[in-house]
Amino acid sequence: MWKNRDVISILDFSREDLEYLFEAADKIYEYLISSSVPRLLEGKVVSLAFFEPSTRTRLSFEVAAKRLGAITIGFSGEEGISVAKGESFADTIRMLDAYSDLIIVRHRYEGAALYAAEIAKVPVINAGDGKQHHPTQAMIDLYTVKRLYGHIDGLVYGVLGDLRYSRAASSFILALTRFSPEKLYLISPKLLRAREEVKMVLRQAGIVFEEVESLEEVIHELDVLYVVRIQRERFPDPQEYEKVKGSYRVTLSLLEKRAKPTLKILHPLPKVDEVEPRVDNSRFAAYFYQAKLGIPLRMALLALILRGEV
Amino acid sequence: MEKNEGLLVRRIREGVVIDHIPAGRALYVLKLLGITGREGYRIALVMNVESRKLGKKDIVKIEGRFLKPEEYNKIALIAPTATVNIVKDYHVVKKDKVVLPEVIEGIIVCPNPTCISRKPGEPIASKFKRLSDKPLRLQCMYCGAIVEEEDILKSIVEGSL
Ligand SMILES: [Zn+2]
Repeated sequence: MWKNRDVISILDFSREDLEYLFEAADKIYEYLISSSVPRLLEGKVVSLAFFEPSTRTRLSFEVAAKRLGAITIGFSGEEGISVAKGESFADTIRMLDAYSDLIIVRHRYEGAALYAAEIAKVPVINAGDGKQHHPTQAMIDLYTVKRLYGHIDGLVYGVLGDLRYSRAASSFILALTRFSPEKLYLISPKLLRAREEVKMVLRQAGIVFEEVESLEEVIHELDVLYVVRIQRERFPDPQEYEKVKGSYRVTLSLLEKRAKPTLKILHPLPKVDEVEPRVDNSRFAAYFYQAKLGIPLRMALLALILRGEV
Repeated sequence: MEKNEGLLVRRIREGVVIDHIPAGRALYVLKLLGITGREGYRIALVMNVESRKLGKKDIVKIEGRFLKPEEYNKIALIAPTATVNIVKDYHVVKKDKVVLPEVIEGIIVCPNPTCISRKPGEPIASKFKRLSDKPLRLQCMYCGAIVEEEDILKSIVEGSL
């Protein structure tokens, strides 16, 4: 059920698909710990087409592919722009389609990955398209919750920050509709609330959710807090940002005073100042663990798509 | 067609009669078909006449022109109640209701400027799926943007179609 599949949106996957993926990732996790990773992708070529600069996601995919014995080709950022100079996106994808067994694409236009999948015969994985989707990040996020709590259902979630333009936040919110969270708080300034098409999916899935403007009012209820950055540039008036920014900063004193002792904080990284550095070494921080899980999860994903099994 | 309407406009010999257009939208229909009046077709527009079905309706008659299949889809976007009569030798030889397909390709421009369907130099057509009919709501299949009925009408008026 996974072989040759495109990964465009997290909504393309059912709960069963995701649970199967998480089991595969658990297996790979064990292989990694015992340093006995089978070369499942020996002889395969994976394209990394990063039209938009990225370090973390690209490296994570590259390591995942190479650990399984695949060869990677591709380009990133500025280089990507010059590769595509004068050439249509469609033609670049056609070239990679001819050279490789799978294409991983990141692009600043929304819908680029779906378009690539329509053109390419080989499977396409979306590594971020504009402000829309980042499905593999959402898979890692849910997998992290699964490993931390043993289950994804029945927990109270908060998603904090720029919910309008952050593709990681949108994808995480959409991913929760595949499970049964107890409640979901969308915590953001009014200006940066989740987009209508995202809330529409929440309503259709019957997810109980509430849009609030301050972390402080809800933090005591949360089991998982997912934090994304708010960029000052999103505000037409910078003073407006200065006024609200305190309400969206996660500090250790707030956590110690108000949060459940078991609360876990996730973040797609890189983080800037939305989480106080002092939080990093506290029991609340789960984001470094989350980043680490990116490798086994992406390895499992590549193996399932290219081989159908782990 | 209702009887009293014959008083207003003569019958056409060969061409198309688009009936049951929601009142006030006949001009949009012409615009969608790319008809400016300079093409030389004989055209009759009837607006805001009584209709049993709609209360009030518009009618467009075009002599010497027929519709391509994709034009039926375009009309369905702004006049979902329309019926299209093909006239030959003063007789209606075919009567079709317009149907809005599940997926509408290449007619509407996505409102999102960073949607891949708007990337310059790319051989790509916009693609929308139908979320609901009444009111009409469409969603871009590439970027997820939702377009409401009034946006669709507005973009026709502004000529971005
Ligand atoms: Zn679009």
